[in-house]
Amino acid sequence: MAQSAAAPGGTMQPGLKERLATNRNWLGFWYMVPAMAFLVLFLAYPLGLGVWLSFTDARIGRPGVFIGIENYEWVLGDRKFQDAVFNTLFYTFVASVAKFAIGLYLAILLNKHIPFKAIVRAVILIPFIVPTVLSAIAFWWIFDPQFSIISWGLKKAGLITGNVDFLGDAWNARWSVIFANTWRGVPFIAITLLAGLQTVSPSLYEAATLDGASPWQMFRHITYPLLTPIIAVVMTFSVLFTFTDFQLIKVLTNGGPAGATELMATMSYNTAILGGKIGEGAAISTAMIPFLLGAIMISWFGLQRRAWQQGEN
Amino acid sequence: MSASTSQPAADASEGMSYLDTLPRRIITVYVPLALIMIVLLFPFYWMAITAIKPKEHLLDLETHNPLFTLSPTFEHIRALLFETEYPHWLWNTMYVSVAATILSLVASVLAAYAIVRIRYTGANLVGGLIFLAYLVPPSILFIPLSTVVYQYGLFDTQFALILTYPTILIPFSTWLLMGYFKTIPYELEECALIDGASRFEILTKIVLPLAIPGLISAGIFCLTLCWNEFIYALTFINSQDKKTVPVAIVTAFTDGDQYRWGSLMAGALVGSLPLVVLYAFFVEHYVSAMTGAVKE
Repeated sequence: MAQSAAAPGGTMQPGLKERLATNRNWLGFWYMVPAMAFLVLFLAYPLGLGVWLSFTDARIGRPGVFIGIENYEWVLGDRKFQDAVFNTLFYTFVASVAKFAIGLYLAILLNKHIPFKAIVRAVILIPFIVPTVLSAIAFWWIFDPQFSIISWGLKKAGLITGNVDFLGDAWNARWSVIFANTWRGVPFIAITLLAGLQTVSPSLYEAATLDGASPWQMFRHITYPLLTPIIAVVMTFSVLFTFTDFQLIKVLTNGGPAGATELMATMSYNTAILGGKIGEGAAISTAMIPFLLGAIMISWFGLQRRAWQQGEN
Repeated sequence: MSASTSQPAADASEGMSYLDTLPRRIITVYVPLALIMIVLLFPFYWMAITAIKPKEHLLDLETHNPLFTLSPTFEHIRALLFETEYPHWLWNTMYVSVAATILSLVASVLAAYAIVRIRYTGANLVGGLIFLAYLVPPSILFIPLSTVVYQYGLFDTQFALILTYPTILIPFSTWLLMGYFKTIPYELEECALIDGASRFEILTKIVLPLAIPGLISAGIFCLTLCWNEFIYALTFINSQDKKTVPVAIVTAFTDGDQYRWGSLMAGALVGSLPLVVLYAFFVEHYVSAMTGAVKE
């Protein structure tokens, strides 16, 4: 895409090009100043500062001094941190797989010829539009230990006799927050994958049908390979933002019961902002970076391999 | 752009689906689709129905069917709007979101134009770095940012949010606008350059009018992201009267009151409505914003 943008510049007449080249870099610099100011002051600098703080004993209202890897030693030896890492990985893995499976299935359904397609597609995106905190509050009420509408429905159907304690039991709470996260993430994945599906030429399916391909074979050998690049990008975003999720957990369980749903992000908030231990909190959030880099690398190299297999595209 | 490509594909795919009989389509398409839609929409239905239920029906699932109400009341919404600071929080949210969106759009338009059209040395590298900035989640930034915000003297002011939200918005909207600017024929700019227009005149008089769909997409998406933002607003704002809706509602209504659900659900409903209305008007722009930023 970078190359295609460069091409029009190359077609300019030499005289004009000469004139622009003299001040092009300065002009570009001035145009970049506002965006770069924001990104350097409030993104790059804090990112570096976060890594630095994780090597200090900073507290709220007191700048710290360098203490080496003491915070990491403390954090890594902390049982609560180990649990948070497990919870985060489990939450990310299960929710991402569920979001991908349901999202892809929904995208394939939406790509069929259905009535009121535009309205259906618009309605499906609503969970993505409504602020997460506000829909999490709705889930909080749906998962109420006494007055849950799900418990009520299951009781009416005669499936259970007592109320389900959705957020009070460790594993129930884990599955409940995973459900809420999946619910929130499916529309985004479905709609972006649908956009990818719509670019697949129907003639490929017609040819495959004539050759006697089953629906599964068509999916496996046409849809999936052509969709891989967009799947890689969408799932990278999904994994990154599930891994660093904060809002949903903060509202639904606040890490409870007894730390069963504590994620690394909520733990770093509790340690640094509520507990005042900026250094330790920064160490916890810095510890997320290797995981994030790993996820980006996996999808990046996956994407490269696919691009190479498909020739140029 | 996704809308224009979707139509031919949809029409053509109809040619294949005549092979499916109607009962088969009901089982394989309509039933699963209906089930998924019910699950996706039920929380909103439940939110809305709780917000208009009389207090005494809220916690009584036996005598009244909880799934609907025959005696709707606006008591919760009235109390929310007239007895709490809710309108003020709504105003705060709007103010912060609009200010951050405008700042981000200005910065992104300039940056995207410079990367795509001025093509200074290293423009590709900067474009790549901006994409990487998109991948930095707020959850790993909020601790150092809170100390930075404190150093800059912005703590517990709305500027803390107005100035930090663009770090989330600029990478996204720059990337989206780069895609839009590339679709504008370069010949138009060449003509203007030969006629003696400056780069800034070209940007404001030729490129921006042609990129209005892209600006709307980026703008409403930025608004949605700001409205949704939670962790910065929770960390940087302490005073109750400066909070945004998502933070205020979580901290203000979650006391031990048994009947708080009515006001909580009313708050969630009223807080979501502006975005849903905005969304209803600009569905296609939303979809192209979402898919456009991912496609590149």
